[in-house]
Amino acid sequence: MSDVGEKSSVDKPGAAPGGPLAGEEPVRTGPTTGVRTPSGLRLDLRLTILTGVLVALCVTGYVLQPDSFLSESNVSTMLRLAAAIGVVSVGMTFVIISGGIDLSVGSMVALSSVWMTTLATQSYGPWVMVLCALVVGLGAGLINGVLIAYGRLVPFIATLAMYASARGLAERLSDGRTQVVEQQGYLDFFRGDLFGIPTLIWMLAVVYVVGWVLLNRTTFGRRTFAIGGNEEAARLAGINVKRHTAMVYGIAGLCCGIAALMVVARTTSGSSTNGMYYELDAIAAVVIGGTLLSGGRGTLIGTLIGGLIFTVVNSIFTQNNLESDIQNIAKGVIIVVAVLLQYGTARNRKT
Amino acid sequence: MSTETEPGDVLLTMSGIVKTFPGVRALDGVDLEVRAGEVHCLLGQNGAGKSTLIKVLAGAHQPDGGEIVWQGKPTTLGSPVAALRIGVATMYQELDLVDGLSVAENIFLGHEPNAFGFTRRGHMRAEARKLMRRLGHPEIPVGREVGLLSAAGQQLVSMARALAHDARLIVMDEPTAALAADEVDNLFRVVADLTAEGVAIVYISHRLEEIRRIGNRVTVIKDGRTVASNLDSHTPTAELVNLMSGRNVETVFPHREANTTDSSHEVLVVEGLTRASEFADVSFTVNAGEIVGIAGLVGAGRSEVLETVYGARKADSGTVVVDGKRLRPGNVPAAVAAGVGLAPEERKSQALLLDQSVANNVVLASLPEYSRAGFSDIRRELRDARATLERLDLRPADPRREVRTLSGGNQQKAVVARWLVRDCKVLLLDEPTRGVDVGARAELYRLIHELAASGVAVLLVSSEVPEVLGLSDRVLVMREGRLLTEAPASELTEAAVLDMVMEGSEVMA
Repeated sequence: MSDVGEKSSVDKPGAAPGGPLAGEEPVRTGPTTGVRTPSGLRLDLRLTILTGVLVALCVTGYVLQPDSFLSESNVSTMLRLAAAIGVVSVGMTFVIISGGIDLSVGSMVALSSVWMTTLATQSYGPWVMVLCALVVGLGAGLINGVLIAYGRLVPFIATLAMYASARGLAERLSDGRTQVVEQQGYLDFFRGDLFGIPTLIWMLAVVYVVGWVLLNRTTFGRRTFAIGGNEEAARLAGINVKRHTAMVYGIAGLCCGIAALMVVARTTSGSSTNGMYYELDAIAAVVIGGTLLSGGRGTLIGTLIGGLIFTVVNSIFTQNNLESDIQNIAKGVIIVVAVLLQYGTARNRKT
Repeated sequence: MSTETEPGDVLLTMSGIVKTFPGVRALDGVDLEVRAGEVHCLLGQNGAGKSTLIKVLAGAHQPDGGEIVWQGKPTTLGSPVAALRIGVATMYQELDLVDGLSVAENIFLGHEPNAFGFTRRGHMRAEARKLMRRLGHPEIPVGREVGLLSAAGQQLVSMARALAHDARLIVMDEPTAALAADEVDNLFRVVADLTAEGVAIVYISHRLEEIRRIGNRVTVIKDGRTVASNLDSHTPTAELVNLMSGRNVETVFPHREANTTDSSHEVLVVEGLTRASEFADVSFTVNAGEIVGIAGLVGAGRSEVLETVYGARKADSGTVVVDGKRLRPGNVPAAVAAGVGLAPEERKSQALLLDQSVANNVVLASLPEYSRAGFSDIRRELRDARATLERLDLRPADPRREVRTLSGGNQQKAVVARWLVRDCKVLLLDEPTRGVDVGARAELYRLIHELAASGVAVLLVSSEVPEVLGLSDRVLVMREGRLLTEAPASELTEAAVLDMVMEGSEVMA
C-alpha cells in the first residue's frame, strides 16, 4: 500500500462517461453477455462474426464436396471427433476466465484413459471404469489447483509439471502398451446412439449446457469472472480466492476425465499417447472464441464455435485429401486472424 | 552544460505556474526559486499541489500558464527527456528502477554508452563505479542486481542515474519515507556532498526535523499557490504549520444534522492491534452511528490498521470485536460475514471489476445471499442494485452499465453500494475522496453522514486533515505506527493535528 501522491494530481478526474447506448434492447441477463451495456452489444457482434466465419467454412466445404460434406454421416463423424476436445475446452474456458492457464489437459486425458483401461480397473466393470476416469481427472486437476492456489506456483509452471508427469505416469501404468477395452457393455453404450444421436454428441452437449449454467447462472461462475477480472478486489469482497481457484482447476481436470471416456470409446482403447496436443487445440478454441487470456471475460458459446471452426477446417482438409501440414498452417492463420478481429472490436470498445 | 552556475546563483525560477485538470485547479500560481548548491524544501499538505508541481518540473505535466526560467533563459520542459537533457532529474517516491538489471545497467538505462549498437559494458561499468564513488558508496558492486539492494541502496542508484545525466537539479519526493534511521543519515551525507558540488536539491518531506537538518530555504504551498517562499528552514514550527493550514478546502462540508453517535452501542472494538514494523498496540472503539477518522501521514500505518481490522492483513496480536463477536484474524470472509465492509484505498485495483456491470460489482460480496442452491437470482440482484444506486444518487442509475465508464465519484459510490446491499454494520473507508472531483466530494460527504445516521459505524482514513476534521465525530491521530491522540473533532484544529503528525508533539492547540 504505497502512497500515490496528492489528490491534486488526480489521474483522470471524472473519466469520460461512456458513449450512449445504441437504443434499448430487450433485457438479457448473465454476467458477460448479460452486461448488455456497451460491451454486451459488441460481444454479440463478436459472436456474430465468429458464426459468420463458421458458416462460410461450412459453405466452402459444401461447395468443394457437395455430395458428402453436409451428409449426416460426415456431420456426425465431425462432431464425434470434436467431442473430446470440445469437453476439454469447457474446462479450459473456466481456467482462462479465472485468469489462469492449464497446459496439462492432454496429459490428464491420457492418464485417465490409461487408468480406466488397466486390467484391474476393467475387471470391476464399465461403471467403475467411468468412475475411475472421472476421479483420476478430478484428482489431477485438484493437484494443479492446490499447487497454484495454496503452493503459489504460477499456473504455467504447475500445469507444465503436470503436463510432463501425468503422461509419464500414464506410460508407466500402461507399460507403453495400448490397452484394449474388453468390456463390451462400455463400448455398446458410449459408441451407440441415444434417440438417433451418438452418445458422444449428447455428452458434448450436456457438458456445454451444464458448463454454461455453471458459468453464467451460479455464484461459482460469477466468482470465476470476478477472480479473473480483479483478484484483489475479489479477495477484499470476501471471496475465498484460493479455494475457488483450486476448484476451477478441478473442473478442468474433471472435463479431462470425461474427455477420456470419449476418447476410449472412440478408439476402443486407452493409451498414454491419447490427448496429444489437446492443450493447444483447447487454448486455440478458447482464444478464437473471444475469451481474454488475461482473464475476467469470456463466453462458452465462443469456445464452442471456436472449436467447431477447427473441426470444420479439419474435415474440409481430409475430405479433399489435402496434406496435414497445410492444415496446420491454416489453423495458425485462423488463430491470428480471429484474435486480430477481436482486437479490432476491443479497440472500438475503448473509444 | 555550457553555462556554469556558481553556488548561490539562481538556477531555476518558476513563476505563476498554473495547471488545471478537469474539475480541479491543481496549481493556481506557484512561484519557486532554486539556487545552485542549496537544499530547497517544499512544504505543504496533501492536496496542496506539491506532486503536480514536481511533475511539471520533471516535464511529465505541461503547465497551462506561467514561466520557467532555467539558468537565466526561459525554457519549456516538454517531456521527461527534455527535462533530463537540461539537467533536471526527479526521484519519485516509487523508484523507477528495473529490478532484474544490474546497478550499472540501471544507471545508464536509456542512454547506454555504445559502439555500433553494442553496449560498451566495460566503459559503462567504469563510469558507474565512478558515480557510486562520487556518492560515497564505492562498496556497492555495479554488477549487482538492483532488486537485491536495500531501499537505501536503490535510492543511491536512482541518484547515480540522475548524476549520469549530469543533473544540476535533483528533485527528491519524500526520499526518507522508506528508509531506516541510519540509512537516512547516509542519504543526508550524500545530499551534503552533492550540494557542495553545486547541485541543487528540491526536497519534499513532511518531517520538519529533516527539513531543519538539511534544508536551506523553504517554500510553502497551499491550495496550489505559493503562500511563503524562501523562508529560513529554522522558521518556528508554529509559523510553518500556520502557513500550511487554513486551507480553504473548496468543498463545503455539509451541515451535520446531529451527532448520531449511540454511545451505548460499541459496534467495533479494537484492542492492542499490532503488526510488526507497521503499527503497534492500537486500541479504539467505534459506536453505532459514529464517524471516526484517522489522521496521519502516509506511512503512519493508517491504511494498514484498516486492512488489519478487515482481515486483509493478519494481526500479530490484538483483537477485533464486532458487535460482541471476536473476528478471526486474517480472515476477510469472516469479517464480511460479521457485517464489516471496506472501501479500499485504490478503487480500481483493489475494489472494482472495471469490465463488469455496476450490478455485478454491487453484489460481488453478497453472491450467496442472492442465490438459491448456488443459482443466482439475477432479477433480484438487478432490482436491489438499482434501488441502492438510486439511494446513493449514483448517476446514471443504470445497473447494467460498465463500471469503467463511471466517473471517480460514482465508482466510489458503487463500492459503497456493495456494502449497503448487505446492510453492513461497520464501514471502513480508506481515502474515500481520492480521485474524486470537488462536486462529487460534497455528495460523498453527505452520503457518509447519512450512513452514520442510519446506524452504521464509520471508520475513515484520509490524508487531508481538513477532511478528517470536517467529517468525523472523533479523530484518532497516528504517527509512525502508534496512536498518538484521540479526541472529539470539535476539540481539534487543523494546525494542532498537523503539528502532531509532523512533529510528534502532543501539544494541543
